[in-house]
Amino acid sequence: MKIHELTIRGLKELLASREISAVEATRAVLERIDAVEDKVRAFITITPELALEQAAAADGMLKAGQGGELCGIPLSIKDVLCTKGVRTTCGSRILEPFVPPYDATVVAGLRGGGAVFVGKAAMDEFAMGSTSETCAYGIPRNPWNPEYICGGSSGGSAAAVAAGEGLASLGSDTGGSIRQPASHCGVVGLKPTYGRVSRYGLVAFASSLDQVGPLTRDVADCALVMNAICGYDPKDSTSINRAVPDYTAALTEGLQGLTVGIPREYFAAGLDPEVEQAVLRGIDLLREAGAVTREISLPHTDYGVAVYYLVAPAEASSNLARYDGVKYGFRDSGKELAEMYRNTRSKGFGDEVKRRILIGTYALSSGYYDAYYKKASQVRTLIKEDFQKAFDLCDVIASPVSPTPAWRLGEKLDDPLSLYLSDILTLSANLAGIPGISVPCGFTRSGLPVGLQMQAAHFQEEQLLRAAYNLEQRLDIVGKKPQI
Amino acid sequence: MKISPEEVKYVARLAHLDLDNEEVQAMTEKLDSILSYFEKLNELDTTGVPPATHTIDTRNAFRDDVTGVSLNQREALANGPLCNEEAFVVPRVI
Repeated sequence: MKIHELTIRGLKELLASREISAVEATRAVLERIDAVEDKVRAFITITPELALEQAAAADGMLKAGQGGELCGIPLSIKDVLCTKGVRTTCGSRILEPFVPPYDATVVAGLRGGGAVFVGKAAMDEFAMGSTSETCAYGIPRNPWNPEYICGGSSGGSAAAVAAGEGLASLGSDTGGSIRQPASHCGVVGLKPTYGRVSRYGLVAFASSLDQVGPLTRDVADCALVMNAICGYDPKDSTSINRAVPDYTAALTEGLQGLTVGIPREYFAAGLDPEVEQAVLRGIDLLREAGAVTREISLPHTDYGVAVYYLVAPAEASSNLARYDGVKYGFRDSGKELAEMYRNTRSKGFGDEVKRRILIGTYALSSGYYDAYYKKASQVRTLIKEDFQKAFDLCDVIASPVSPTPAWRLGEKLDDPLSLYLSDILTLSANLAGIPGISVPCGFTRSGLPVGLQMQAAHFQEEQLLRAAYNLEQRLDIVGKKPQI
Repeated sequence: MKISPEEVKYVARLAHLDLDNEEVQAMTEKLDSILSYFEKLNELDTTGVPPATHTIDTRNAFRDDVTGVSLNQREALANGPLCNEEAFVVPRVI
């Protein structure tokens, strides 16, 4: 039995029966990291001492019959979440020395419950990207083929889970940044409804789009992590005060009575035939599980990229104004304050971040605000209405996650627009605030993972998890592991 | 041309970013193609459509005006690149 290959539920059973201690389990995961990390490069910071301290504390909690859902479970955290006392860089040089003096709410909850943090996962700089290639601390490699991207921006999180470097990871999703890397790395990734999980301590990229969510090896584990991280937080003014169900409760129920909508716009030209085949097979399996399918239309799908790439950079240009070298992070010199700001930001930010700040600043500037930002916000309303109408006709929407499987490192670095277009299938969920899950549903002939996406109405994560669980049970994929 | 090098330099100044001439050229090209793509939104008639500001129906999130625990001064200054005992030290402002 390889401990690093266990599911969270599997390890919880062994911990409960005292067959293994949290310290032993953590040691095994840290050894796994040692063994494969030079090939996977999932981490910006690895925290072995902290992990072993937490594991020892977890063993104490377990003995006393205490501890939360994830007590004793080693996991990684995307480096966009503040972890008290542990360097948090957001994949950027501008935060290279930053050590947060507080925990993000989700981090504090896990820490208090006895979870074990093995390290901070690599990501696109400030979560801006779909390949994790803009990480200033090294690019994570796809564990299924190291010459290929992991996806992004939670690439390190997805790679770590796929490679056994932790039993789960916390990522963040603004335009697809959990779901797409989950799809490319063959793991489960869920973006909750906006407001379901606290954003306090999540370094902000686009405040109306960002959400924290789990990446795990299988669907039941994903439900467990959701139980641990969802909930109202008075420190986040966008947090929704609504009871958190037990997401593990109804997983095993069949899909009788569930209507699955298939959006024609998501199966348009440009969809890779192997991706389409794997996803259509997955949809067949949903029918086998008792679901009824019907074609639906999300007519404004094609406008989503333009809306997202105006709204998100606009919000980012405001959120990233704080990186000025005054209170934290990297500071360059300047004879007077404005020069210090310019030098600090110009040296500290990478090209993609600068590009998005410029797009956002332009779209919000006087004379252009109506034509760009306001127009995009109006089309955002149309996209939200598309989903509202669709969910009158179906319970969940099934589709691919990405039009293509993972591509080679470096292939799309020179053409930002083509990269933006590849996000078309995931970013609408963020624009509408609805939840979405990516669940592994197959492989290409060359061995690259393909994910199936499902989206549901606000706060209907249980439907997503139940449908995903039924699908997963009918595939023999969970056992498959990358050869690293 | 949707955007000129001069406009790029102007917007960069608004965002407290310095770009050298090569960077201005490269940025102008990329931004131009991206801004041209945004023209697509003009295919849609959005007369009377309200801009989406919230995805979920929320109201102002207020709390009682009561002070609570926050960072102490030492913690707040700890990440400062340059500090004295009570403040972040910066170059002259004016």
